[in-house]
Amino acid sequence: MKQLAARLLAGVGVLWGAATLTFVAIHFSAGDPVLAILGGPDAIPTPQQLAQVREEYGFDQPLWVQYGRYVGRIAHGDFGESYRLRIPVTEAIGKQIGATLQLALSAALLAIGLALASAVLTAKRNPWVRRVASASELVLSSSPSFVLGILLLLVFSFQWPVLPPAGSNGWQTLILPTIALALPIAGMLSQVLRQELEDILEQPFIAMARARGLSQTAVRLRHALRHALVPLVTLSGFIFASLLGGAVVTEMLFARQGIGRMMLDAAVAKDAPVVLGITLLAALVYVGVNLLVDVLNGLIDPRVKPR
Amino acid sequence: MSTLVDVQDLRVQFGHTPIIKGISFSLTAGECLALVGESGSGKTVTSRTLSGLSGAGSKVQAERLAFAGTDLRQLDDRAWQALRGAQIGFVMQDALGSLDPLRPVGKEIAEPLRLHTELGRAARQARVIELLRSVGVPQPELRALQYPHQLSGGLRQRALIASAIAAGPRLLIADEPTTALDATVQAQVLALLESLRSQAMAMLVVSHDLAVVSRLADRVAVMHHGVIVEQGPVEAILHDPQHPYTQSLLRAGRAVHFQRPARAAPKLARVERFDLPLIEARHLQKTFIGPDGQPHVAVHNASFSLRAGETLGIVGESGSGKTTLTRMLLGLERPDAGDVWLNGRPWSALNDQQRRQLRQRIQVVFQDPQSSFDPRYTVARVLNEALQVAGLPRQDWPARTLELLELVRLDASVLSRRPLELSGGQRQRIAIARALAPNPQVLVCDEPVSALDVSVQAQILALLADLKTRLKLACLFISHDLGVINQVSERVLVMKDGEVVESGTVRDVFDHPQHAYTRALLDAIPQIDRPAPVPEHHFITYAIAI
Repeated sequence: MKQLAARLLAGVGVLWGAATLTFVAIHFSAGDPVLAILGGPDAIPTPQQLAQVREEYGFDQPLWVQYGRYVGRIAHGDFGESYRLRIPVTEAIGKQIGATLQLALSAALLAIGLALASAVLTAKRNPWVRRVASASELVLSSSPSFVLGILLLLVFSFQWPVLPPAGSNGWQTLILPTIALALPIAGMLSQVLRQELEDILEQPFIAMARARGLSQTAVRLRHALRHALVPLVTLSGFIFASLLGGAVVTEMLFARQGIGRMMLDAAVAKDAPVVLGITLLAALVYVGVNLLVDVLNGLIDPRVKPR
Repeated sequence: MSTLVDVQDLRVQFGHTPIIKGISFSLTAGECLALVGESGSGKTVTSRTLSGLSGAGSKVQAERLAFAGTDLRQLDDRAWQALRGAQIGFVMQDALGSLDPLRPVGKEIAEPLRLHTELGRAARQARVIELLRSVGVPQPELRALQYPHQLSGGLRQRALIASAIAAGPRLLIADEPTTALDATVQAQVLALLESLRSQAMAMLVVSHDLAVVSRLADRVAVMHHGVIVEQGPVEAILHDPQHPYTQSLLRAGRAVHFQRPARAAPKLARVERFDLPLIEARHLQKTFIGPDGQPHVAVHNASFSLRAGETLGIVGESGSGKTTLTRMLLGLERPDAGDVWLNGRPWSALNDQQRRQLRQRIQVVFQDPQSSFDPRYTVARVLNEALQVAGLPRQDWPARTLELLELVRLDASVLSRRPLELSGGQRQRIAIARALAPNPQVLVCDEPVSALDVSVQAQILALLADLKTRLKLACLFISHDLGVINQVSERVLVMKDGEVVESGTVRDVFDHPQHAYTRALLDAIPQIDRPAPVPEHHFITYAIAI
């Protein structure tokens, strides 16, 4: 119980750190937020307008006062209003999050599924199968999503137009971005999983299970896989981070709705509340994922004490 | 009686290296054959070949290789799977490693039932409880739900045996079933295997220890370098061995295993004794918080002193507190109460920095020399590193290195080799040489021979006894094996559950044990000539905090 409290406190610390860093980054980057509020770089506001907005949003206050107000508002769950869209940040995120969740979930499922299949099927099998699998994983895990995305577009939308190149309505538009987002993650995961599986298949209890009459495949599925899940769960944080980072690129490339694209637009337009809101949301999910990792590892491995 | 296992001219090779070089044996129903040999003799490969698990990259050839009339050479994967666990039960070495750490033991035991019987889930459950009870596991309903790490070594071995006999096999193969178990637990597991034998199941027991198998087997086959050098009825092998290798194996076994009432230990040459103890422990006390949150007393009020040229044996089973005591002596663990004095000065009370300057005076040799070496270092580098730490000027290293090798009786040719290229005995000699490099006054030996074959054990023990006299070392010898303690020490300390239950000269303690536990330990030593009495239904479970 005490440990749980400590972890929650640490989580709050992480959120505060993320909020502060974002605040600093936005403050010191080029461009004037007031211009963003008044309609972006093309707007030609009068000095009166500028002064008025400055006062309204508190930009005339010393930095530490701005920071204090900002943290205070966040602590109360108020993330402010988007400069550009003129709606509360929570509402703006709410509108976009569905599409990103859809993409992230389907990509995560595909990546984990591919990684598990490739690891289970190729670990300690025929050396040639193994070599081919591990070479393709290496290529995939080092290919950025946008390169894969462009290749997929070229082949499946332009050469053979079987799938739509852009948009975010309907399952057809989900396929190509999902693949582009999932493949690098799958490549990385299956490298880790295969290594883990091969270590486990060397363990004496595997030989013992074989001596009870289990087949090669049954031993993998009934004994070894559960052990391999431990690093997979531990890597959830990495998976989440890759999905988020990949989502920005993928959503742009396939012209999809979503948080990633919104984040990029907001950053370009210096729409500080939106950038802050998304950053904090990501940090929150990250903290949550890592708490969940501990719980799951405790469930998978009885030797791990719940922390 | 019909022949169950028929092996003629079996050859197994890995790559181009022959491991089994043409062996023949047979086994009839209800019979027990023991396969005895030292490590590398091929006994484990032989036993695994019988269940089709000789390993990746192995090539098996035989004139005949049959089980119950089935030609094993013709079997495909599916046929092997139908045989394994159903007809041939296998108890592999190392009960902790052989049980899946992420599954309750009950599930492991149910596995052959699921694969090879028509029993439903509930019936399997009931059968698992029954099996656990039949192998002498108390509270079987509770144990079936527990994980391997929650069971003591003895219970794990029993659970593993239960999983091997679950589907009622006609042949049970047990590979080193009692190795790594404490003496009293070892006796119980042997008794269990003996009771299973009477149930008309053939048994193949693989062991490096003649004493262990002599209790169990009808016949013994002695293996050496992939060949069976001698086989016959157990009495004949024990009392009238023909082959020189069998004879040397028996001699080594006798030398290590304690025999009563004959006094085994050769009286060591008297050495000059100094009045001042080199190391002294005063009322040492250490308590840990166990996994259940309860304080667990690891060492309670332990005191002793040790002078130059003297050896004190500390004996106890796992969980008795001997490791914690050793760690306190080495200054790796701070005692909760009491203190350790080294060479007439406080030792345990020092802080790490002060202690580091005196560390050279007390050195240690561990059980497993392989894992205490960096595998990429050559022997020369291992020793040089020790000499560097000892502060010896670089130009003196070569001479001192040769001197150290001479002390442990190794040739200079080992200097260019790496740990993996050495035999177990050679590795332990290098570990001793490394410990001697800084000219220590106190040498702590923590189970230094437990991982070695018996013939090698005897050599290392003789070496240690000799070094102690020559270098006037004060020696602390920690072991679970009373036979070993008897050979090297003058005085002995018996520990149980953190308490020193008995101490005195080896002669007094061995000939007139006062404490019931010491007597139990003495009785539990496997004897080559005499079966040890086994305390029936006397289960000792240990709370081991790992």
